[in-house]
Parts: sequence; C-alpha cells; structure tokens
Amino acid sequence: MSEPMQDVVVVGAGIVGAAIAHELSRNELAVTLLDREAEAGFGTSKANSGIIHGGHHTDTDTLKGRLEWVGNQLWDPLCDELGFGFARVGELTVALTEADLPALDHLIENAEEKDIGGVEVWSRDRICAAEPQVTRGVIAGVFSPHTAVVNPYEAVFGLVEAAVANNVRLRTLSPVTDLHHDGDTWTVTTPSATFATRFVVNAAGLGAAAIAHMAGVDGFEIRGRKGEEYLLDKRLRHLVRRVIYPCPTPLSKGTLVIPTYDGTIMVGPTAEEVDDPDDVTTTTAGESTAFAGARRLVPSLSERDVIAQFAGTRATIRGDDFLIGPTEAPGFVNVAGIQSPGLTAAPAIARYVADLLRHGGLEMPPKPLLNMIERPVHFASLTTEQQRTLADTDERYRRIVCRCEFVTEGEVGDAIERGATTVDGLKFRTRAGMGRCQGGFCATRCIELLSADLGIEMSEVTKRGPGSWLVLDRPDDEVMIEPEAP
Amino acid sequence: MIDDRPHVLLPNYDVVVAGGGPAGLGAAVAAREAGAERVLVVDREAEAGGILLQCIHSGFGLHHLGEELTGPEYAQRILENALDDGVDVLTNAYLLDIDNDQNLKLLSADHGVAILDTEATVLAMGARERTRAAIRIPGRRPAGIFTAGAAQRLVNLNGVLPGRRVVILGSGDIGLIMARRLTLEGVEVAGVFELMPHANGLSRNIVQCLHDFDIPLHLSTTVVEIHGRDRIDKVTVAPVDAQMKPVLDKAWDVPCDTLLVSVGLIPENELSRELRLRLDPVTSGPIVSSTMETSRDGVFACGNVVHIHDLVDFVSAEAELAGGHAGRFALGARPPHDNVRLQPGKNVAYCVPHTVTTDQPHTVYMRVRKPLEKSMLRLRDAEGDIVHERRLRYVVPAEMVTLKLRPGVLDGFQGDALQVEVVPR
Amino acid sequence: MTNDERTTYAYLCIGCPLGCRLEVDEDSHGDIVEIRGSSCRKGDRYAEQEHTDPRRGVTTTVAIDGGLWPRLPVKTSGEIPKDRVLAACEVLRRVRIEAPVEMGDVIVHDLLGTGCDVVATRDMARMT
Ligand SMILES: Cc1cc2nc3c(=O)[nH]c(=O)nc-3n(C[C@H](O)[C@H](O)[C@H](O)COP(=O)(O)OP(=O)(O)OC[C@H]3O[C@@H](n4cnc5c(N)ncnc54)[C@H](O)[C@@H]3O)c2cc1C
Ligand SMILES: Cc1cc2nc3c(=O)[nH]c(=O)nc-3n(C[C@H](O)[C@H](O)[C@H](O)COP(=O)(O)OP(=O)(O)OC[C@H]3O[C@@H](n4cnc5c(N)ncnc54)[C@H](O)[C@@H]3O)c2cc1C
Ligand code: SF4
Repeated sequence: MSEPMQDVVVVGAGIVGAAIAHELSRNELAVTLLDREAEAGFGTSKANSGIIHGGHHTDTDTLKGRLEWVGNQLWDPLCDELGFGFARVGELTVALTEADLPALDHLIENAEEKDIGGVEVWSRDRICAAEPQVTRGVIAGVFSPHTAVVNPYEAVFGLVEAAVANNVRLRTLSPVTDLHHDGDTWTVTTPSATFATRFVVNAAGLGAAAIAHMAGVDGFEIRGRKGEEYLLDKRLRHLVRRVIYPCPTPLSKGTLVIPTYDGTIMVGPTAEEVDDPDDVTTTTAGESTAFAGARRLVPSLSERDVIAQFAGTRATIRGDDFLIGPTEAPGFVNVAGIQSPGLTAAPAIARYVADLLRHGGLEMPPKPLLNMIERPVHFASLTTEQQRTLADTDERYRRIVCRCEFVTEGEVGDAIERGATTVDGLKFRTRAGMGRCQGGFCATRCIELLSADLGIEMSEVTKRGPGSWLVLDRPDDEVMIEPEAP
Repeated sequence: MIDDRPHVLLPNYDVVVAGGGPAGLGAAVAAREAGAERVLVVDREAEAGGILLQCIHSGFGLHHLGEELTGPEYAQRILENALDDGVDVLTNAYLLDIDNDQNLKLLSADHGVAILDTEATVLAMGARERTRAAIRIPGRRPAGIFTAGAAQRLVNLNGVLPGRRVVILGSGDIGLIMARRLTLEGVEVAGVFELMPHANGLSRNIVQCLHDFDIPLHLSTTVVEIHGRDRIDKVTVAPVDAQMKPVLDKAWDVPCDTLLVSVGLIPENELSRELRLRLDPVTSGPIVSSTMETSRDGVFACGNVVHIHDLVDFVSAEAELAGGHAGRFALGARPPHDNVRLQPGKNVAYCVPHTVTTDQPHTVYMRVRKPLEKSMLRLRDAEGDIVHERRLRYVVPAEMVTLKLRPGVLDGFQGDALQVEVVPR
Repeated sequence: MTNDERTTYAYLCIGCPLGCRLEVDEDSHGDIVEIRGSSCRKGDRYAEQEHTDPRRGVTTTVAIDGGLWPRLPVKTSGEIPKDRVLAACEVLRRVRIEAPVEMGDVIVHDLLGTGCDVVATRDMARMT
C-alpha cells in the first residue's frame, strides 16, 4: 500500500519519537509515526526508572547534560495538557562516607553552573527527620526540589494520542525494513506499506544504528546497557518520599530507591553491558546487586516484598552522549544514543529536533487551533461524589476489573477506545494487572473485554503483539444434545 | 443459579457480609438464624458462590453435608439455602471501603456508588493466589504464565485453554487438580515441580491427578528461569539442596508453552488493612476472638480471609460461628471478652481463633510446620506445665489440625495464655 | 504349580494423609495373595479395589449456548472404570447443549455403556 506524501516520518514511537511527533503536530505538517511493536512505548520507554532527573547530576559540556535540565522544565505543561501521572517529589543524594563528600560538592557546582535554584546541602539531622527510613549512617546529602517521578508509558500514550488528535498518522506493527533516497524524496518501507517523505527522523532507540545503516549513514554502533528494576508491595507506600540517590562513583551511578507516582517503591536500576539488545531478562545476580545497593541507602528494604520485576535496555553509543543531528544523507536526522536521562530530556529533544528540521528547510506554519485530548479518568482517585456521578451516567464505571488497583470496566473500555489493543497496553494505560496480584485475577477480564470490544476471539488477544498469544480455542467438533430432566 | 430478583438496597442493615463464597453465605444464614432481620451479602462476581464455582471437581461437603459434592453443587446448595432463609444477595457489587463507623461504600452494577450503614459486618472476601513474582523467578516476561486458579477459571468458565504443553510449579491441591483437568481437556502436562521434599497436596490428588495419567512429580526441584520472547518456549528447572538453593549445574530445560504457578493462597485483606484491623503476620489474616470477631468491635471474619482452609467444610463451620455472633451483635449482645490467649508453640505455625474462653466449648484450627508421624498436641501454661494433651496420628502442613476444646478441659486453668505445640510422641 | 511366581504392584493409599505405600502381591492366576504396607483396614480394602477394579468419578465441562458462561460443569452419576476416563472425556468434549439447564439434568445417558449418566452440576439459566 502506498501512502500520501509526508513531510516527516518519525521512526520509533518511544518517548523520544512520541515527543517529536507531538511537537511537530502543532504545525501544519504531514507527519507519520512508525513503530515495529504493537503499541507505542513498548521499547525502552516502558521499562525504566521513571525519573525526571533534576539536572544537576550531569555536566554542562555534554548535549545530554544541557538537554536534561531544559527537558525537566518542560514536563509540567505536558502533564497539564495530557494528564499522565507526574509528581515533583524531589530527591536526596546521600553521602555515606567522607569519600562521598566531593561528589556532593560537584552536584552543587553543576546546579550553580546551570543556574538551577533550590538545590541545597542537607545535614544528617535534617535527612533523618525528613526521611526516617534512610540509613542512620548517612553523613550529609544534597536535596533538589526539581526531581519528579512520572509514569513513562502514560506519557508516551498521552503524547501519541495528542499527536494523532492533531493529524499525525500512527502506524504500529510497522518495522522499517528499508530506506531509500532518490535525491529528492525518501521512501520508507515497512512490510505493510511504503511512505514517501521529505524528512526522516531516526528515533528508533536500540534499532537506531540499523535504521541509520539503511539510510547509508554509518559511523556509530549501539550498545545495550541493561537495567533491572524491582517493584515492591504497596504496603510500603511512603517508605521514602523523595527519590534517594547514592553518591555516584566513577564506576557506577548505583541503585536508587524510588517512590513511584503510583505509590509503590521501586529499587533499581542495575547497569550491565549486554550483547543482545533484546536481552531484558531479570537475573538473580541483578536482584542481589539492586538490593545490596538499595539497602545501603534504606536498610529495611527486602526482596521478599517484590511484586514485579522487569528490565530495560539503554541504547548507548561510544562517548556516552546523545547523538542528535543532521547527517550526510539529506533530510535524515539521527536522534540516537538516547540513554539515560533520555526520558527527562525527551521534550527538550523534541524542540531541538524541530529546530533542526526548520533549519534543514522544513517550513512549519503553526496551527491556529489545536485539538485537545480528554484526560484519562482515574476512578480510584476521584472523590466519592465524582465517582457517584460517573457511575450514574456510565454503567461501565460500576464494575471493577482490577481489584488490586481498583480499575473499572469504564477505564478499560476507555483505554481500548484510545487505542489499546493488547493486555500490556491496557495494563500500562489503566494499571489493571500492575498491583500485587499481577494480573492473576484481572488478566482474564482484560482478555474478555479486549475480545468483546475489538470484536475478536479471546484466542486472538495477545499480551503485547504477534506471538504473545494468551489462550487457545478448544479444538473439538461439537454435537448438539438436548438435556433431559432427571 | 443467578438470583435475578430485583434488589432494593436499604440504607441500613443489621449485618452486611462482604463476599458471597461459602464463608459469606454461611455467615449470612447463621446471622438470620440468630435473629438478625436485614442481612445482605455482597459479591463482586456475577454470581455468588465464590471460588467453588470454578472448582468443578468433587471433594466438597463430606464432613458438613455428609455427601461428596462438586464445587458448583456445594455453591448452589448454600446459595439456595441463603435465599430461602431470607438473605439478600447482591452480586456485581464491590465493597470498596469501610469506615470506623461501619459505613460501607459499595460499587454496584445495579446501584452505582452506594453508602450503607450496618450494625455488624462479616468479612468473607476469601483469598487470592500468590504470584510468580512473589517467588521471583528470574528470566523474561513472555505470555503464558498463569496462576493455577486463573487457568482454572479460563478452562472451566471461559472455555478456552491456557496452552498446549504445560509445566506446573507447586504441588498444592490446586496445581494437582489442574494437572488432571488439563489432561482431560487434551493438554499435555510436562510435569509438576515442587520445591519441598514432599508433595503439598492430598495423596488422593497425587494418585488421581498425577499417577492416573503418568504425570511426573519432581520433588525438591524448582523453576529457575523462564525463557521465550513473546510466548514461553521453555523453562529451566533445577534440583535444590538442603538449604533450598538451586543446584544450577544439575539444571535442565523443559520445553513448554505455559507455566502454571500454584504456590499457595493468601488472604484477601485489602479491606482489613483499610480498617486497620490487627493482622496475624503468619496467616496474613485478621486476629480473631473465639466469636470470630476482629480487633474492631462488630467486625467479624471467617473463611479464607482469616486463614487458608483446605476443606470447605471447615469454612462453613467457621462461618456459622462468625455469622451467629454477628447477628447477635447486631441485636445488642456483647458477650464477655475471651480470657485466654493461644500462642503457637513448637511446630505450630498459627492457631485460629487467637483467643478463647475457659467456660465455652471451642474448635481451634491450627497448622503444623513439619510433618510428624506419631505426635502429641499439648497445651502448656506459662510455667510450661501441661494443661491438656491429645494424641494425633499423623500431621502434615497441608492439612489443618483441629482441636475440640470442651468446657471441662480448661477447668482450673487460671492463667491468661496457653502455648500450643505438636511434638513427637 | 508354584506359589512363588508372584508379581508385586504398588499403590499409594488415599484413605488419609498418612499416604501409606501399599503393595499387592498377585500369583500367577491373577489372585491377590498378600497386601502389605497399610496401617489400617481401610488401606487393605482400598488396595484390593484399586488392584482389581479401579474406578473414578469424572468431572468435566461441556459446551453450552445461551448461558452466563460458555461451559457447563458436569459429572458422571457414579464411578466408571479408570481406563475409560480419557475416552469419556473425549466424548464429552464433543457435546454442546443449550441453556437453560438445571442441576441434575441428564446430559448423556449411559456414557460409553458404563451404566453411568452424565449430569449437570449446576443450574444455568438462559441469558436474555
Ligand atoms: C533501566 C533503565 C532506567 C532508566 N531510567 C531513566 C530515568 O529514570 N530517567 C530518564 O530520564 N531516563 C531513564 N532511562 C533512559 C530512558 O528510558 C531512555 O532514554 C528513553 O526511554 C529512550 O527513549 P527512546 O524513544 O529513544 O527509545 P525507545 O523507547 O526504545 O523507543 C524506540 C522505538 O523504536 C522502535 N523501533 C526500533 N527499531 C525500529 C524499526 N526498525 N522500525 C520501526 N520501529 C522501530 C522500537 O520499537 C521502540 O518503540 C532509563 C533506561 C533504562 C534502561
Ligand atoms: C482451586 C481450589 C480448589 C479447592 N478444592 C477443594 C476441595 O476439593 N475440597 C474442599 O473442601 N475445599 C477445596 N478448596 C477450599 C475451599 O473451597 C475454600 O477454602 C473456600 O471456597 C473458601 O471460601 P471463602 O468463602 O472463604 O472464599 P471464596 O470462595 O474465595 O469467596 C470469597 C468471595 O468474596 C468475594 N469478594 C472478595 N472481595 C470482595 C469485595 N471487596 N467486595 C465484594 N465481594 C468480594 C469474591 O468474589 C468471592 O466470591 C479449594 C480451593 C481452591 C481455591
Ligand atoms: S492405610 Fe490406613 S493409615 Fe495408611 S494411608 Fe490408608 S487409610 Fe491412612
């Protein structure tokens, strides 16, 4: 199938591609966003620590160091517009030994250099009072009010939905297999369609080197750096209130203790170079490393409280900086090596890329009027009165699907209307299945609802796309029989 | 067995029962029989009956009803019984919240958000299954990992199959029953793997669910890694040493497309936590008195929400007790408080109820930690003197031990705590 | 003739949690000559039955249209020979009925000539 001429094709619908598409959708442009997975955000952007870093952990002499703080400041308006889970909880980097103290000084210097206000040194007593679960062995710390936690998958879905509402075309299950430039126009090939476009933005994460290679642009290689994360039972809510960082050593950034937006405590990430970028296994060794590190900060943490674990892979390139810019291939822009803090920086990356395209000759007349999306309902956090009103007007809000997270059938139905096609897609949009029973109870309901709403058999519903089938139909021929009373 | 009478929700009830399984329905009937007028059972499912509706095998009711029924038959009996007795049953209704004044917040398919007031509440929310992550198997997270109970629901209610070749982790009764169930549906069961050196299920299920179909049971063996990108394609299993640590150089791979995890149930205590009830860290259920009252006045509990039962018969017995007392509480009865605490001693994991009186008969349920062949159950006072003892034949952790305390037994006992132990004879 | 040519068969007793390991010795005529390993009479009786004529009650589901669920739980009205269990399920896998059904309704008469009927183990009303 051939599609109409596009101004920009963005390859990769992770947080970076989604932010770029969203940024471009404010203008009169024909934009297509492609991803190989069944839904947006199913790459690294769903599997990370979900922290909007404060900006003072990176130096100013790198691109990522500059975009991190700019990105941090752009999250509040996005959250207002799209309604994803986001909270500026603040952070504490804690020093446990004298040897850690220079690292704290360095954080303060970075903050001053970037003109980040409010970053301050806290004494042991102040830390102990504010975060009683932090080790008594702490000697000092640096506090920043700017650090936030976010539900990264919700942010991706929100960005994509708003982009689509403003005429961006989203094509999932569309792996780019070939790129060709005829001196004027790019042809982007996927198994189901080809796209003609003037500009191609390569935001393919772990696949970025392969995409660049298709465009005839070489010169960088992506290395995977896996990180494991461990989520703990909600019972431990408020164990810490701020993100707790150890002082980084030259060898490692260390494991953090993270109070997620949804109130669970998360421990991670680890950092391990992997040969297979697809390797997202969790390991016994990774678990030990994560908990050993985290327990140095918060001694009461225990593996026994783990309710879920996952791993994500950072796409790194040599030099460990972001690689963003035009290439020798005309109209082909790389946005590669977007490792941590790529989530934080994504909104800044989006603006940066829009500027690059403008400088590359793409005219971008702003749209006079933008379509706004409706913020998703989160039933559990409504007041009783609001719940009553909603339940009275729409009876789908009278049935609970996920009992751990109190997700209603209405929220699940809404998520399907907004584009969820898989059980994981529902989980990341509504939290159904994310609680302590991890879908034991509601996965079946989610399969039933996807089957009913999408008009497909239960056996056609998948966890996260082709190959990840969940149940099978019974194979038998059946004969009709009349029952008889005894 | 759906009750399709229209329901009118009253603003206040004598007794509201949360959960319409055997515990909840039994308690409601007992509350009515104790004289409570307005008794309501709420259940979040489309029909009352609880977990029994998906347990289509037989093995229910031998003690309580004197005949062996299947789960659905038992459920239908007790539901009919409750409806005949004038209990109101509201299904598709989720109890969201209880406050300290026993105002209940319901989300009901028929009534939307409703607030009810009640004199007494019975918690009978049952249990949920422990999950894979709770036991932390490393590896990937492909599709094809189910808890045994979720698979049971898929097969028995939804009529779909979880896969073609299944590995079962855990030899508890639910896992064993599912091994047979899947075999009968034409699914291949590659084996059952059990961490402990002994099977956790009844020997009847070992014989009739595994031996009958030549399904191998691997004791002292566990799943150490899950493989597969989109769907499971194999698991790695390994024997464990005496410290339960996997011996990885003896590991082997088992090809399969499905892993069923059957590693036990845990009381469903979200609401109990909201209510700040005192919980027993061993059972994960509320601490209850001999009237099945929790640490909050007028809030009773019974069934799997208190501790995990292997026999529905004991659930029903406990429910009668809880419901009867809830009914009398609603009518104003305030029996004297218990005067003796029961403390788990040697080889006893927990006792329910947690307290008793010396002047009433009681049935005490307990679980042992280790199997013993010839054993003795003893009650000791604070000085360590034996107050009461009884011979037991054979005890295993998988089967609850019951102790009937007749009033005479504690005559002359003056202390306020008894140690309960089950030790070799 | 010698009584020495015994064959030993092993069973696990299901009579109680003790789970005694039972052994049945059979002579060359196929007659039971000795039962060992039990701790009570119940075990002996079980071993004999299990050795000479093992039987099982079968519970499974059949397809149903028009009810709350697409499956209806059923059971055999009595125990059928153990070696017919899989065949019985194969037959029942091909059965489809129509709601409403009441508990106790006969779904299949005289299953595979065993003399046992297959009956519904719950009501299932017709959904409107
Ligand atoms: C464990 C861990 C913790 C982290 N914690 C943080 C944090 O706390 N804060 C922070 O700021 N950053 C963090 N990061 C980094 C952050 O997650 C990443 O920088 C960010 O998600 C990268 O987004 P992306 O859109 O570039 O990549 P991705 O989300 O991977 O998106 C790339 C997309 O491209 C698609 N794609 C690839 N190849 C093709 C193809 N050929 N055709 C079509 N589509 C294709 C993929 O399917 C994918 O959806 C963390 C990373 C990890 C691994
Ligand atoms: C797979 C399996 C096999 C078993 N096999 C046997 C056997 O062979 N023989 C035997 O005797 N016993 C068996 N048992 C044990 C016995 O059936 C259970 O112990 C018994 O069903 C527990 O009863 P209950 O009422 O406490 O819980 P449940 O039956 O679980 O009922 C609890 C009810 O509460 C509802 N509920 C929970 N929370 C809420 C809320 N907030 N609002 C509204 N409703 C709520 C639930 O939907 C459910 O219907 C088995 C159990 C299982 C799980
Ligand atoms: S032989 Fe008797 S004691 Fe032994 S398992 Fe059978 S019933 Fe129990």
